[in-house]
Amino acid sequence: MKVLQALGIVLALMLVAYVGAALPGGRTLFGVVLPYLAFAIFIIFFIAKVMDWAKSPVPFRIPTTGGQANSLPWIKQNKLDCPSTTLGVIGRMLLEVFLFRSLFRNTQAEVHEGPKLAYGSSKFLWLFGILFHYSFLTVALRHLRLFTDPIPAFVHALEFGDGFMQVGAPVLYQTDLVFMAAVTFLLLRRLVLPNIRYISLVADYFPLFLLLGIGTTGILMRYVLRVDVVSIKMLTHGLVTFNPFIAESVTGIFFVHLFLITVLLAYFPFSKLMHAGGVFLSPTRNMANNSRMVRHINPWNDPSIKPHSYAGYEDDFREFMVEAGLPVDKELPPKEEAPAAEGDAPAES
Amino acid sequence: MANTKLEQMSDSVAKDPSMMTGAIPKKDWMDTPAIFKPGNYCYPAKQDMVEYLDKNLGSKGLFGEPRQWDVESDDWKLPENWKDIIIQGIKDRLDKFRSFKIFMDCCVRCGACADKCHFFLGTGDPKNMPVLRAELLRSIYRNEFTKAGKILGRLAGAREMTFGVLKEWFMYFYQCTECRRCSLFCPYGIDTAEITMMAREILHLVGVGTNWILEPASNSNRTGNHLGLQPHTFKENAEYLIDDIEEVTGLRLESLNFNRKGAEVLFVIPSADVFAEPGIYTFMGYLLLFDHIGLDYTISTYASEGGNFGSFTNNELMKKLNGKMYAEAKRLGVKWILGGECGHMWRVLHQYMDTMNGPADFLEVPKSPITGTVFENAASTKMVHISEFTADLIKHGKLKIDKSRNDHRVLTFHDSCNPARGMGLIDEPREIIEAVCNNFHEMPENTIREQTFCCGSGTGLNTGEIMDLRMRGGLPRANAVKHVHDKHGVNMLSCVCAIDRATLLALMEYWNPGVEVCGVSELVGNALIMDGEKERDSGLRFEPLAGMEG
Amino acid sequence: MYDKGKIIPGLIVFVGLVTFPIWYGLATTAGPLPNPEKPTNAKECVEPVEFMRSSHMVLLNEWRDNIVRSGGTRKGTTADGTEYVRSLQKGCMNCHTSKKKFCDECHTYAAVNPYCWDCHIQPKETN
Repeated sequence: MKVLQALGIVLALMLVAYVGAALPGGRTLFGVVLPYLAFAIFIIFFIAKVMDWAKSPVPFRIPTTGGQANSLPWIKQNKLDCPSTTLGVIGRMLLEVFLFRSLFRNTQAEVHEGPKLAYGSSKFLWLFGILFHYSFLTVALRHLRLFTDPIPAFVHALEFGDGFMQVGAPVLYQTDLVFMAAVTFLLLRRLVLPNIRYISLVADYFPLFLLLGIGTTGILMRYVLRVDVVSIKMLTHGLVTFNPFIAESVTGIFFVHLFLITVLLAYFPFSKLMHAGGVFLSPTRNMANNSRMVRHINPWNDPSIKPHSYAGYEDDFREFMVEAGLPVDKELPPKEEAPAAEGDAPAES
Repeated sequence: MANTKLEQMSDSVAKDPSMMTGAIPKKDWMDTPAIFKPGNYCYPAKQDMVEYLDKNLGSKGLFGEPRQWDVESDDWKLPENWKDIIIQGIKDRLDKFRSFKIFMDCCVRCGACADKCHFFLGTGDPKNMPVLRAELLRSIYRNEFTKAGKILGRLAGAREMTFGVLKEWFMYFYQCTECRRCSLFCPYGIDTAEITMMAREILHLVGVGTNWILEPASNSNRTGNHLGLQPHTFKENAEYLIDDIEEVTGLRLESLNFNRKGAEVLFVIPSADVFAEPGIYTFMGYLLLFDHIGLDYTISTYASEGGNFGSFTNNELMKKLNGKMYAEAKRLGVKWILGGECGHMWRVLHQYMDTMNGPADFLEVPKSPITGTVFENAASTKMVHISEFTADLIKHGKLKIDKSRNDHRVLTFHDSCNPARGMGLIDEPREIIEAVCNNFHEMPENTIREQTFCCGSGTGLNTGEIMDLRMRGGLPRANAVKHVHDKHGVNMLSCVCAIDRATLLALMEYWNPGVEVCGVSELVGNALIMDGEKERDSGLRFEPLAGMEG
Repeated sequence: MYDKGKIIPGLIVFVGLVTFPIWYGLATTAGPLPNPEKPTNAKECVEPVEFMRSSHMVLLNEWRDNIVRSGGTRKGTTADGTEYVRSLQKGCMNCHTSKKKFCDECHTYAAVNPYCWDCHIQPKETN
C-alpha cells in the first residue's frame, strides 16, 4: 500500500512534468523557474537545518566506543573505533562517511529451535549502499559536463573512465547500470524483508522511486530516445551562467528528468535525506572518547542542583552513626533535642 | 523465577509467530495498540516517592503530579494539559540536546539496527526493533516540529499524540536497557539509549514512571545506597564480610574503614556489593586486594552508591545523585577516587560526572601508590576503574597470585554494555582474568566486546514483575553462555557490573542451570596469596577449591 | 559545546561544492557555442538533420557492424535515391571534410570522446 502510494506520487510527478512542459509557458516553468527555485530551497533549507542542529548544544561527551579505549600504556587501543584524539576522530569519521564503517559490521540474526540464536555476516546492505552512493556521486559529477565550459579535466577523466568498456554508441556508462541495480536492490530489500517492509514509510519508498525515475529517464534520453545533448547543454549551462535558453529540440522526456531532480532537490532538506549532513554531526561518532581526560562543558549545566548534603545526611543519622562508631562532623548534643528529620529541607536542595 | 516454564518459553521464542520467526503482522504498527497485562509492565511509582524526589529537585514538577495510578486502567489520572506538557517537554529537550535533534531527523530506516536489540531477539515484537522504538517518538516529533510532518502527515510518518501513543512509550521505552548495541551498527550512530533517556524524561513530566527506579533513587538520595540501608547497617553488612574472609583465609582484615578523613583514595562501589549475592564476594575480593597492597583507602556510607538510578530518570536526578561522590571526596580530603565494578555507574562516571559536577580541581591526577602509574586517561575526572587499577598492579608484578585457586572455575567473561560501548573498558578485565585463572573461554565474537549483549534487565528493569520479559531480553546473552557451557564446560560467568551480578544470576538459573555468576574481583580475591593466611581449601563463597572437594 | 567553528566552515565547503558550476562559470570564459561547419558540396545528409544530430553515432555503429562483421555493402542510398558510400572517412568526411571544424565542435562542447579514431587514422587537418 505504502509502496504504491509512493510509486503513484512519482508517476504523477512525471506526468505533471510531461504535460506541464507542453502547455504554454510550461517549458520556461519546468526548464528554468522551478529548477532555480528548487536549488535555492535546497541550499537555504539545508543550511537552515544544519544551523538548527548547531543551535542545540552537545551537553555531554557520548561517543559510542567501538573497541578498546585509550587506557594503560600496554593495552592496545582501537584508535579508529574508539578514538581519544582529534586525529583519531577524523579517522573514524572518514571511515564512517566514505566507507560506511558501522554498516560494515552488520550481521543477521536468526532464531532456531532450542532456542538457538545465530548471527551471520550480512554485508549486502553495506555493499549496495556503498555502490548506490558512489555511483550516484559519479553520475552527478559526470553531469558537470553539461554545466561547465570549458569542461574541467576531472570530468573528462570520469567520462572516459566510466565508459572505458566502449560498449555501444553512445558508450554505456558502467555507473548507470550500477546505480539502477543498487537502487533496485534497496527497493526490493524494503519489499521482501518482512521487518524492513514493516518499518518502511511512504517517505522511504518515495526517494527510491524518485531516483529510479531519474535514472530511467536519464538512460532513456541517452540510449533509447537519444536527445540532442548540445541543445540540452545550452539550457543547463545557461542555467548556471544565468543565461538559460531552451532550444526547440529539448523534448518532453528531458523535462520529466529535470523535474524529478527538481523535486529531489526541494524535498531533500525536509526529509531523511538530510542524513547526508547529519552523519557529520552525530555525537556518538564525532567525539573523542577522552571524557575522563578532558572536561567537557555543558552550557546549560544547572549549578543549583546540588547533592543531598553530607550535613543533612549526618543530621538524619547522627545517632546511629555515633553508636556504630562511624566518624561524624558534629558531635551529638548532650541531650536529645530534635528528632531526625525525614527528607531534606527544601532550602538545602 | 519467571512464570513461564522453560520448555514453554523455549518453544515460544523459536516457534510462536513473531517477527523473529518470520511472521508478518497484518496491521501497520501505528494501528497496533499497546495492551498492558500483568507481567508486561513495571509497577508505577508510589506517590510518596514522587513527592520526595520532586521536593528534593526544587519542586519543578520533573516527576509530574504525585498520585496513585493503575497501568492497566484507561485513566492514568494525567493532568488536564498532559499533551501540552509532552510537546513542550520534547521541545525543551530538542533545544538542549543536539543528539536528540540529529537522531530524530537522520534515520533512513535502513533496518541495520532491527535485529541487534536483545529485546527484539527475545520477543520478536516489531516495536522492539530500535528503529521502531525510536519511531514511536519520532512520529510525534514529525507531527509537531517538522514541515514535512505537518503538511504530509502520515505519508511522512507523522501522527498525533494520543493516550495510545503514551501507552506505547511507557511500554517500549521500558523495554530498552539503553545498552547502545543498536548505536554501534547504525550508520549514523543513532543511539536509542539517548532516545530512551529523552522519552523517559518526558514520561516523568506527566507522572509516568516506575517504582523500581524511583524508590531506589529516593533511597540513594537519602541514605546513600539504593536499598535504603542506614549508615550503621551498611557498616555492619560490610563487617560481616570481614568475618567471612577470616573464615576462608584465617586473616582478620583490619583495613576496612568508613568515612575516614585524610585517606588517599575514596573507594565507591555499587552498594549491592555490600549486601547481595554474588556481589558480596566481589566486595570481599576488593577488600583482600586493598589489604594485600596496603592501599590507604576509605569507603563512604554517605556516597555508598556508585550506581546511579537517577540516570534512568532524568539529567537532573542523575546529576544530583552523582554529586555526592565529589562532595564526599572533597569533605574527606582524599587525593582521588577509585570505582568498583558497575556498568551504568561507569557510564555516568566516564561520560557525565566531570561535565555535571566537575571540575574536580580539589583532587589530584590519580597515581597508583603501589606502582607509581599515573592514570592519564582519568586526568580530569580523577576517578579510576578497579579493573584499570588491578590490571596495572598485575602488570607490575605487585600481586602474589595462585591461579590454581580458580581451577574449579571454567570461566567466560560478559562485557557489560556500558563499560564496553560507553567507555571502551574491554581488555583490562580480560588481563586480570588471564592473570588469575587458568580456564578462560570467550563467547562467540558477535556477542562480546563492543558487540556484547545486555543482561536484559538494565536501566531499572531488573524487577520481579516483568520476569518473563527479562528472560526473553536476556536470551541472546544466555544463549552465548550456553554455547561455551556446552562446548567448554563453562560454569562461571564473570562480569564487571553489579546489575549483571543480580540479573545474570536469575538468567543463568533459568536458561543455563549450572552456570554461576561472579565479579572479576572475586576471582582476584580467590587467587591472592595473603601474608600470613592459612592454606585455603575453599573459595570466597565457601565452595571447595579444585582438589579439595569432599 | 556548539562546535560552530567546525560546522560553519563545513557548510561553506558544502555550499562551495554544490555551487561549483556557478562560480566556475564566473571564473572561466565559455567558448563560443558549437557551430559545426556546413558542407559546401551538398545540401542534404543521408538522413534528416534532426535524426543526424541526435543519432549519427547509431548510424555509424550500424555501418561498422554491418560492413566489418557481416560483410555488408558499402553502398547506401538516401530516401530520394542519392547514392553514398557507407564509410566514415570516404563517406561522411567527403562532405564534412574537417574533423576539427565539424565533429569536434559539438563533441568538445559536450565532452564526448567517440572511439572512431582508436582504429581510424585521424585525418591531417589542413590548418
